[in-house]
Amino acid sequence: MSIQVKGISKQFGETHVLNNINLEVQSGELIALLGPSGSGKTTLLRIIAGMETADSGTIILDGNEAIKKKVGERHVGFVFQHYALFKHMTVFENVAFGLRVRPKDKRLSDAEIRQKVMKLLTLVHLDTFHDRYPSQLSGGQRQRVALARALAVEPTLLLLDEPFGALDAKVRKELRRWMRRLHDDIHITSIFVTHDQEEAMEVSDRVVVMSNGKIEQVGTPGEVYHQPVNSFVYDFLGNYNVFDGWRDEEGNAHLLEYEVKENDVSLVPPVTNKKGWMSRYPEITGLLQKIIPSVVPTPQPLVPQQTKPSPKRTIAGKPVKLFCRPHELFVVKTPDENEYIKATVLHLNPAGPLVKIEMERLSGEGLTAEVPKDVIDRLEIKKGDHIYVRPKNTRLFDE
Amino acid sequence: MKSKSNITEPFLIRVFLIVIAIGFIGVFVALPVAVIFIEALAKGIGAYFNELNNDNAKAAIKLTVLVAAISVPCNMVFGLAASWAITKFEFFGKRLLITLIDLPFSVSPVIAGLIYVLLLGANSVMGKWLDAHNMQVIFAVPGLVIATIFVTFPFVARELIPLMEEQGTEEEEAAIMLGANGWQTFWNVTLPNIKWGLFYGVLLSNARAMGEFGAVSVISGHIEGVTNTLPLHVESLYNGYNFVGAFAVASLLTVLAVFTLILKMIIEYYYPHEIKAAR
Amino acid sequence: MLTIKLKQPSVIPGFSLTLGFTILYLTLIVLIPLSGLFFKTVTLSWHDFTQTITAPRVMAAYKISFGISFIAALVNVFFGFIVAWVLVRYKIPAKKIIDAMVDLPFALPTAVAGIALSALYSDHGWIGEIFARVGIHLAFNPAGIAIALIFVGIPFVVRTVEPVLHDMDLELEDAAASLGANRWQVFTMVILPHVMPALLTGFAMAFARGLGEYGSVIFIAGNVPMVSEIVPLVIITKLEQYDYAGATAIALTMLIASFILLFIINMLQRWSGGRMLR
Repeated sequence: MSIQVKGISKQFGETHVLNNINLEVQSGELIALLGPSGSGKTTLLRIIAGMETADSGTIILDGNEAIKKKVGERHVGFVFQHYALFKHMTVFENVAFGLRVRPKDKRLSDAEIRQKVMKLLTLVHLDTFHDRYPSQLSGGQRQRVALARALAVEPTLLLLDEPFGALDAKVRKELRRWMRRLHDDIHITSIFVTHDQEEAMEVSDRVVVMSNGKIEQVGTPGEVYHQPVNSFVYDFLGNYNVFDGWRDEEGNAHLLEYEVKENDVSLVPPVTNKKGWMSRYPEITGLLQKIIPSVVPTPQPLVPQQTKPSPKRTIAGKPVKLFCRPHELFVVKTPDENEYIKATVLHLNPAGPLVKIEMERLSGEGLTAEVPKDVIDRLEIKKGDHIYVRPKNTRLFDE
Repeated sequence: MKSKSNITEPFLIRVFLIVIAIGFIGVFVALPVAVIFIEALAKGIGAYFNELNNDNAKAAIKLTVLVAAISVPCNMVFGLAASWAITKFEFFGKRLLITLIDLPFSVSPVIAGLIYVLLLGANSVMGKWLDAHNMQVIFAVPGLVIATIFVTFPFVARELIPLMEEQGTEEEEAAIMLGANGWQTFWNVTLPNIKWGLFYGVLLSNARAMGEFGAVSVISGHIEGVTNTLPLHVESLYNGYNFVGAFAVASLLTVLAVFTLILKMIIEYYYPHEIKAAR
Repeated sequence: MLTIKLKQPSVIPGFSLTLGFTILYLTLIVLIPLSGLFFKTVTLSWHDFTQTITAPRVMAAYKISFGISFIAALVNVFFGFIVAWVLVRYKIPAKKIIDAMVDLPFALPTAVAGIALSALYSDHGWIGEIFARVGIHLAFNPAGIAIALIFVGIPFVVRTVEPVLHDMDLELEDAAASLGANRWQVFTMVILPHVMPALLTGFAMAFARGLGEYGSVIFIAGNVPMVSEIVPLVIITKLEQYDYAGATAIALTMLIASFILLFIINMLQRWSGGRMLR
């Protein structure tokens, strides 16, 4: 089933849960709706399912407006976050339910139902559990029953609401792999909601990154990770470091490094979100404010700080923020002619394929680098050392 | 949330409190029940059964059973409908509805009887209409049924609402998504989940229906053998100084009440989560 | 444009059917009859109305009903709390039986309770006898009324307080104790405030029940006008004398009191987190 979401919006009281959502899903795709809680992803899923109605917009399923069909006729299978298995029915009866409630003329014979159900249970490796009750199953098993139950009615669209949210990490990983394999076999159009970016990246054909009721980016896992369109997507899909920098006329980005004067207590403005030189020179700003109060932003009260340093070089262009991933930081013990940032190693976390280095810059900000273990060994980096880092790639977002 | 703690009151205080608690319940609850049976059997078993076997007693039993047999099913249907509407949907005015359902609990049974006398009695508009059509409601069985319904209709709803509220709507939503219609969903999914709560609510409703006194006293007319339910019969015997008779009939009702409670204990033991939310 | 949603749309069917039936039932059984009461009262002139409800016998009955219900509810708060405490916190033999007995006043017909209490506390009864020897009479006077009202109120306090005690986090008490509080201080400063809403709710419910109670009271009360006559009995007496207007007037005042109490109980339940709805 192909899906078109057109202009869907929904409000709960004052909050805009969904704001003009547009999305196209091809038949047979496995899509992840990824975002933090409150992003609207579950609401969107439920609207596609027909369990909730949007305030405006339409859903088009296979070319037909979904609104025209009753929920039961949409051929949508839904898997709930907490399974919603029927407590008083056995596993078999749960899976058979959708087949048994069909009107008499459309219903299969008991033997046929039995055959179908057992086939599905075998598919999810629970055939020996067919006469158990949900309370006797583990979380992972229950979720598989929920999936089998949804598949029993042969839906053309499968919707899953944080299907692995309530499970342990290890079970989650297994089920993820298993779901991917299942999709490769069955090819039902599937949409699942998750807040776990690793899950979305591992399982889906395409990822829809959402926040605050809008879609930030749609793309393959590779696209959203390596070509994020804004800082939200970048932030959500992994760790990162931020650097102050500036962009010259040719468009090259430069890092801004600070120097520290010993015993220098200078009065500096606290860190604000305002970019631009005005926030760096409060004395001038204060004066201008008296002359043209409406234009100039209010200077923040000055804060005494021990070692907030001043920039080593003057800024000769537009100040920007540069982002890079921890594994994109190049680490050396002695600097060469390139630009480097000096930092002190606070902590080394060796657990994992790469060693995580937690550092603190001269300006007090933190940085994280991920480097292979042999780099650590070769450079003999340990806690308390001064090292020099340089981002190999940086990303810039126009915001 | 609940953790074990060694910090508690000193031993003597505990003993003291336990004695008070058991003493209080013993004096106020156990003794009256004991008195009923002892007084009933004061003149021997023969007299006891005599009092239960006479015509008036039998008529009272029949009437009580009849009134209960009509009011309890009505209240059960009401309870199911009301709790479905309240727990499976979000709507404006829900709190008001629940307050209305709780109403009979704060209204005196005498007033309950009074309002029907006013509405359907000989002096009212409805009463005159009924008279003209030769239908007797007040001082007759239909009046008893209506008054009993007023006093007992909250019971099933009050048992079911917290239970269904706790169970949520996901199972029903899942059933609908799988293609079931409303009745199939209710019958196959909801009902099995609430059956013990429903059963207890019906039991309680029945015990109250059979035992109601104040409301039916006003509506009944106290006609011996015709409009006397068991509780009214008890009063009548007592006022006639037939104490053995009064207590004998009372013992029947007591057995019913005790039986209701024993059943509740059994259900709570075997199915603690299915009888009331988070007890 | 802000539209007020009367109902959240839902996949689950049956809303109109069930709500419609519920409202119909309530209207027929509760609302129409109650409005009948109001209409009847309207036929009384204001003067007659006040005359009726301020008549000495009626005023005395008000004092007795409200006063003794209050005392009985208070007694129930005290003992009911202890019972709830013992049931929740301590391990005692036959706990389940005691627990079931708490529900008995709720399940037992009021007339049966009435004659049983009367037999028990009259001067010849098991308990009445003991007290009669020292000149205290427990039946056929206001004391008897109090005893009956205590009986019917037992489940209300116990059942309201029990869940609160049950859900209480013992760690709060441990924390207080580790900070140096003795048991009494823990009780007054940690436990009591926590259960106070439930205690107040239970009190209000027992009080409301006591106001309207009839069957269990009239056998043990004595029913002497001005001394031991409760308001429901006054209403019935007026009915028997065909003074419908008078009965209605008094009933109206009791109904208003009931509504106020219902409102208070609702507020208390909302404050403490509610029992019927989350």
